[in-house]
Amino acid sequence: MKFLRYVLSHLWHSKRRTFLTVSSIAVALFLFCTLRTVMTSLDASLRASDDTRLVVRHAASLVFPLPLAYKARLAQVPGVTNVSYGNWFGGYYQDPKNQFTQFAVDVPTVFDLYPEILLGPAEKEVFMRERTSCIAGEALAKKYGFKIGDVIPITGTIYPGAWPLTLRGIYRASTPDADENAIFFHWDFLNESMPEGRKNLVGIYWLKVASPSDAPAVSAAVDRIYENSPVPTKTETEKAFQAGFIQMMGNVSTLLSILGSAIIFAILLVTVNTMMMAARERTTEIAVLKTLGFRDGLVLQLVAAEAMLLSLAGGLIGCGLAFLVFRKVNFTAGGMFPNFRVLPETVGLGILLAIAMGLLSGLVPAFSAARLPIASSLRKVA
Amino acid sequence: MARIPLAYNLRNLAARRVSTGLTALGIALVAWVFIFTLALAGGFQAALTSTGTPENAIIIRKGSTSELMSILSREASGAIESQGEIAKAPDGTPLAASELMVVWNLPRKSGTTTNVVVRGVGPKSFTLRPKVKLIRGRMFRPGLDEIMVGKMVAERFQHCDVGDQLKLAGREWTVVGVFDSKGSTYDSEIWGDVELFMPVFDRPVYQSLTLRLAEPSYLAPLKKRLESDPRMDVEVDREDRFYAKQSGQLSTMLRVLGMFVTSIMSLGAIFGALNTMYASVGNRTREIGTLRAIGFSRGAILTSFLIESVLLALLGGALGCLLALPVRSFTTGTMSFATFSELAFRFQVTPGMLLAGLAFSAFMGLLGGFLPARKAATMPIVDSLRQA
Amino acid sequence: MTDGRGNGGEPLISLRDVHKEYRRDAFIVPVLAGITLDVKRGEFLALMGPSGSGKSTLLNLIGGIDRPTKGEVRVAGEALNALNPSKLAAWRARHVGFIFQLYNLIPVLTAYRNVELPLLLTRLNAPERKKRVELALSLVGLEGRDGHYPRQLSGGEEQRVAIARAVVADPTLLVADEPTGDLDSKNAEEILVLLRRLNEELGKTILMVTHDPHAAQSAHKTLYLDKGVLRP
Repeated sequence: MKFLRYVLSHLWHSKRRTFLTVSSIAVALFLFCTLRTVMTSLDASLRASDDTRLVVRHAASLVFPLPLAYKARLAQVPGVTNVSYGNWFGGYYQDPKNQFTQFAVDVPTVFDLYPEILLGPAEKEVFMRERTSCIAGEALAKKYGFKIGDVIPITGTIYPGAWPLTLRGIYRASTPDADENAIFFHWDFLNESMPEGRKNLVGIYWLKVASPSDAPAVSAAVDRIYENSPVPTKTETEKAFQAGFIQMMGNVSTLLSILGSAIIFAILLVTVNTMMMAARERTTEIAVLKTLGFRDGLVLQLVAAEAMLLSLAGGLIGCGLAFLVFRKVNFTAGGMFPNFRVLPETVGLGILLAIAMGLLSGLVPAFSAARLPIASSLRKVA
Repeated sequence: MARIPLAYNLRNLAARRVSTGLTALGIALVAWVFIFTLALAGGFQAALTSTGTPENAIIIRKGSTSELMSILSREASGAIESQGEIAKAPDGTPLAASELMVVWNLPRKSGTTTNVVVRGVGPKSFTLRPKVKLIRGRMFRPGLDEIMVGKMVAERFQHCDVGDQLKLAGREWTVVGVFDSKGSTYDSEIWGDVELFMPVFDRPVYQSLTLRLAEPSYLAPLKKRLESDPRMDVEVDREDRFYAKQSGQLSTMLRVLGMFVTSIMSLGAIFGALNTMYASVGNRTREIGTLRAIGFSRGAILTSFLIESVLLALLGGALGCLLALPVRSFTTGTMSFATFSELAFRFQVTPGMLLAGLAFSAFMGLLGGFLPARKAATMPIVDSLRQA
Repeated sequence: MTDGRGNGGEPLISLRDVHKEYRRDAFIVPVLAGITLDVKRGEFLALMGPSGSGKSTLLNLIGGIDRPTKGEVRVAGEALNALNPSKLAAWRARHVGFIFQLYNLIPVLTAYRNVELPLLLTRLNAPERKKRVELALSLVGLEGRDGHYPRQLSGGEEQRVAIARAVVADPTLLVADEPTGDLDSKNAEEILVLLRRLNEELGKTILMVTHDPHAAQSAHKTLYLDKGVLRP
């Protein structure tokens, strides 16, 4: 600790170099946190999944719908406590760039399936009554400035045309991983606007079971019922369903890992370079310290400490900035990441990385300082 | 204005080998990431833009973002095929094909599953797409349980090569051929007889109609007539533009992510270059004073250091380009939002991208070198000579 | 600060047939060719000789910052050859204070912090260190300048800070390599006066390398080194 002043004096003395080095490390770690958050955001849906919820979809693919008639039969399957259903709407708000989740849901039953949707009782009552109404998540409402009573013009793509929905409630999500960038409206409203031949078709069913251990049995039971029918089903836990989506994203995590590693490595080089430049300029000083009686080991520690301090500072700034920025800014990349927030464990990982970079970058200069021969390194004039 | 010889700069870079090396390597990495993201976005874009040609038009239901969401009845299909703007095949029939598109969940070779586009094609479908060429096996015979797969499907999915049996819609199909469409989205598709697919997948109607225009200029009148026909409710698009539109969101996202990462990374590299150049100037203070005393102007010093910085950066950029060349062989698959299914593509590294990488590096060198160069140029001569 | 320690009879410094040679590519350059020397506690010794005669090398060996190729070096009761680098460092901290021609102050530290440096190697706490630093600075006449950085001091002042640093830990021996070499005559004189005081009033044994005969006059005795051997 008493040597801290000595180490800090060097950093303070070359302010510009300290600033540049700390900045580049901060930049690298900011990027690292951002990239890792892309990966963890994709997993957010997994974290928000409930083990007592099952998703029933067409066995071939999500693209094919299920008949509404299945609802009654599903409710009778042993182990099923609640049934709800919905259609992914997939539209946009005013501009095709403004995409977010819209779901046409069976309003009477959806809240039983999704207690995470927190809505005031007065708002809930109006929403349930009014067929052309909708509710929006708080984050979404804040982003576009929606107020209760606004008519939100949604343009459909799967269900083409203009769909003006009246906002009657703003909901909050009870867990941070659930999607607050979404709009829910009445399935009945969607259905009655469908032409004959496209009526009474449901996208997916949600089933609630009493406990997670019931899930496998109930899933198998449901699929068995329809296995030889013209519209077979695939039933799985919500987590498995979401995982399937993420799998389809393919190599995203590999790509991001490649990018992240390249970044870290590049910045490591910068830090190593800086430390070595500093070391080269200080050979006389190191020699003087040794004449004063500073052991080789102590000198090594002092040089290493300098590298560590720089990296730690950069790490704290970079990770901290990433954490704060994405808390303030609702970055959804056009609806791809409904929940882009930096997890505390990402910050922790980033800081550990920073420390590791500090150690690595300080290694070479620290060792050469330790091994520096005293007499030949003292500055001589004659 | 006398110029300080280039050899001075080159010698200095060579003298401080480690420092030069490390900084150049840092810039090389940034250049690499830059080219990598361009190659990724470019590959994706290329897959979509190379799908479709300007001579073809595609007809789908109005408002559908992709063929998947569209419906086209047999009557409408028949009516459209009789239009005059359509080119004629050698046998006199219209060069048009009504097609079906579904997605099916299949296991990749890696074990994970994803959706694959399955397209029901007509007899003219191949003629309409001259880029699609058979590379293994043979064409499927209509009416039989035979299918063909695109080259990416054969590469990435289980049971998808010639001779394999693939289960679709509860039936076993024999894969009889593999085709190559030069990197377009068709490479990620499975093709079979549309008339057989319709009952099997329980689709009583078509989804799209692709036709060859007799003259490219016929698109406009055809479009106008069909789109204003109330019985049909269709929209007409030039084939290449139709597929290009589908890449929209993902392509933009890839670009944005790429540019974001690269620009921030370049900040780090510029800081590194700044550090190196400042140290370089600091070490050569007496040298600079001597050069000034000899008679070289401020401008000459400024230019010299700026050149040195750019040279250093270009060294890194060249290295980055070299390292980026193998990227061409990467393939990756991602989910196309339009079809909710896998779109596999090859990274594309073009000479233009490499040039861009070099230019970007030079730019970083310029930014990182300017302030130190200015410092070198404006140092008072007497002070710099005195410095040890 | 205390006087000397240990018994008065044994010399403080004792060299026996010391040789030192350097390797330069394939060549071996001999610098010291058999030095035998005794220095008593409390002596002020000047070492003179032409450039390249090995004066600084001899100083380095006695100060424990270099090792002889052959021969024995005993200082303050320790055979320096037998000490490993770590123990040698500890020995230096305890027994030797260095004074250089170019001062060699740490530019990023204030005068106070420069003088304090050797004390960081001891177990003293901050207030105890402060006492000694202030004492050392007042000894060299720079009480008010402790907050200044080396670049804000004149050459003479820098050297005085260096001397304060050299004595702050109360070493047995002061080793000075051309301490007045970079100073004008007025400053040089002040430094020499200071060294004499340290020797006479505080009993510090001083070994000074110089090429200035006038400076050598401040010492009790002058030895001459030529081509690696002491002139008889």
